[in-house]
Amino acid sequence: MSRLKQLQQGAVNSQIWKSVFRVGIPNTNRKRVLAVLGSLILHLHPVKVRRSGVRMSYTWCMGGTSFFLFLVETVTGLLLMFYYRPTIEYAFTDIMDLREQAPFGIMREMHRWGAHAMVIAVWLHMFRVFMTGSYKPPREFNWNVGVILLVLTLLLSFTGYLLPWDQLAIWAITVGSNMARASPGAGTEGPMSGLIKLGDIRLIHAGDDARFALLGAKTVGPSTLLRFYVLHCVAIPLGAGFLMAIHFWRVRKDGGISGPL
Amino acid sequence: MTFIKDFVDVLSGSSISFLLLTSLFSFLIFFNLLDGRLRSKGGSVFIGFGLLFLISGIFIRPLLYLAIAYLVLMFLLANLGPRVWETRTGLIILVAGGGAFGLSMLDPQFYLIAAKPDNVPIVAMIFLLGFFTWVALRKAYLNDRQLLAGGIPWEKTESDEKLFTCPDLVYTEMLCMIVLTIVMIVWSMALRAPLEEAANPTSSPNPAKAPWYFLGLQEMLVYFDPWLAGVLLPTLIIVGLMAIPYIDTNPRGNGYYSFRERKWELGIFLYGFLVLWSFLIITGTFLRGPNWNFFGPYEYWDPNKLVPLVNIDLSELIWVKALGVALPKIWLIREMFGILFCLAYLGLPPLLAVGPFRRFYQKMGPPRYYVGTFLFLIMMALPIKMVLRWLFNLKYIVHIQEIFFNV
Ligand code: HEM
Ligand code: HEM
Repeated sequence: MSRLKQLQQGAVNSQIWKSVFRVGIPNTNRKRVLAVLGSLILHLHPVKVRRSGVRMSYTWCMGGTSFFLFLVETVTGLLLMFYYRPTIEYAFTDIMDLREQAPFGIMREMHRWGAHAMVIAVWLHMFRVFMTGSYKPPREFNWNVGVILLVLTLLLSFTGYLLPWDQLAIWAITVGSNMARASPGAGTEGPMSGLIKLGDIRLIHAGDDARFALLGAKTVGPSTLLRFYVLHCVAIPLGAGFLMAIHFWRVRKDGGISGPL
Repeated sequence: MTFIKDFVDVLSGSSISFLLLTSLFSFLIFFNLLDGRLRSKGGSVFIGFGLLFLISGIFIRPLLYLAIAYLVLMFLLANLGPRVWETRTGLIILVAGGGAFGLSMLDPQFYLIAAKPDNVPIVAMIFLLGFFTWVALRKAYLNDRQLLAGGIPWEKTESDEKLFTCPDLVYTEMLCMIVLTIVMIVWSMALRAPLEEAANPTSSPNPAKAPWYFLGLQEMLVYFDPWLAGVLLPTLIIVGLMAIPYIDTNPRGNGYYSFRERKWELGIFLYGFLVLWSFLIITGTFLRGPNWNFFGPYEYWDPNKLVPLVNIDLSELIWVKALGVALPKIWLIREMFGILFCLAYLGLPPLLAVGPFRRFYQKMGPPRYYVGTFLFLIMMALPIKMVLRWLFNLKYIVHIQEIFFNV
């Protein structure tokens, strides 16, 4: 037995190792089963999976990639939260500082490119699911959960876009949120909104319409920043995380990854 | 030589290129529906369009170029047909596209737009979309061939066999995560995240663009009012996506790649996803400059570019131009034609149910059929409006400023 093997054996047989990994090297079928069942993370998966489903050419790994990128975003986002204050006095300068002062300052890059990549990965995942017809019974509901996840992914990206508080940010959000002004019945400039009246007084105006609810003001300003910050860092990630749990659970309950019947 | 330059200029310099590009994708997709056969009923429609273009090209120069591009493309497709997907031809086309892109980067104007940090992922997306479309259709066509010969799709040969999650799946996932981590780190070190000047609510940049994934919606704003492009249509896109599993009752093609067994579903989805969704985003990102004017890929983004405003309402077209009378005062009469047109359009489903769509009506049953065709018509309203705008400068079909209701 070589030195290396001995060292490995010693490590694997130590009390520390055994306390963490109950089964040791999964080199028998029994251990392979136990390794998955005994681990919180691995037991997201069933013990056995279809050979066709494991192929990269079938799933393109895009679901897993979306999830992984979500985790990357969570970790880098958390680190960014240490530096960033969501007020118009500080937001922009904090981002500047992050670039100039923070050691190993690629967290912002990673978070931004990760967000772009996640949007693309989710689209490609949806594309794959469509192309394999995996939304068909019994997976109709999981497709719907997926669509909501897609919307949440876009909203996460949208709310995050404002946070650097530079020209790119506020004008993109201004353009994006201008559309809310035109919601039928709920925006000042939407069709039918003018008909909602109490006597002569219009009930839907710039101070209470759909856009106002989104921005917290008549234009993109301090309250918008705070609103988007809370949505971006707390509300939407929690919602998305919750839906992902359902999504993964349903993949299992619907019979694992799809395959021909 | 001047002919070639003229050719490229015309094709990339005006709305004609829109027509070409959207139709290019549509041809690819709908040609697939015909298995690339020209000598079929559908094929003759394609040929008819080509001849129509050619004849009108005699009078209108840009249409001549369009006709040439169209016909060349069609015969190329008809001859290559499924081979684009079944062999590596598709991949070669993609690599050639990459090469053309690389060469284009030598052009300073092209480089300026394509190398903008926020645009880099979208460049990557174009190639990823191309690549995965090829992967999916290749697998679908290969499966179809098996199925035609009475065989089974390849997934079936493996789907009853079960592997242990640990190690097979876990190792693949680990590899995938390692590769992604490396990609993310390298990408983040190589490309700085953009940061412009501090926000200034009093000076708006030109063009002011929404985040890139919403640029398809912003592009729709060119053709529709905000309440449609920004509110109603996005809502219907989401509703439509969610409705897909309930409308599509075709039991075949579940859990494997196939084209023949799901022609119409795939045709419609690919058109929506690749053309109406992705292509519009790409246009909005790379081809829309100051004042949201259209710019060819090598064109300088001139903020002073003048585009004549010649758009005209349907009501004016009919009352003033065709009938030679003044616009009626009462909007119901003024917009009569447009309203009738819209009602007729939305009233199509029952007519189609006894006509060409009878097969679908019988297979799907009334509720599925009506919801499905309604969503389909809404989807097709966008390209219809686009073509009406490019060819006839049509502004609104119905224009009721009195209640902010314009279509
Ligand atoms: C190399 C690419 C990948 C392949 C081929 C792959 C394959 C699969 C397969 C076959 C399933 C379904 C298992 C089942 O039948 O229930 C699955 C689900 C899942 N994958 Fe991946 N995956 C990849 C990457 C990833 C990555 C990087 C992650 C996480 C960071 C991940 C996380 C998940 C999760 C959470 C589920 C849902 C739970 C489950 O159903 O098992 N995957 N993946
Ligand atoms: C943040 C977004 C999402 C994450 C993290 C995610 C994650 C996953 C994972 C890990 C799987 C396992 C198989 C695979 O990797 O392909 C999966 C399957 C699935 N996803 Fe998603 N997904 C997301 C969004 C979506 C979207 C947008 C849709 C559709 C509109 C969708 C529909 C489905 C369906 C139907 C399955 C089952 C596929 C099968 O069994 O073959 N998901 N998802």
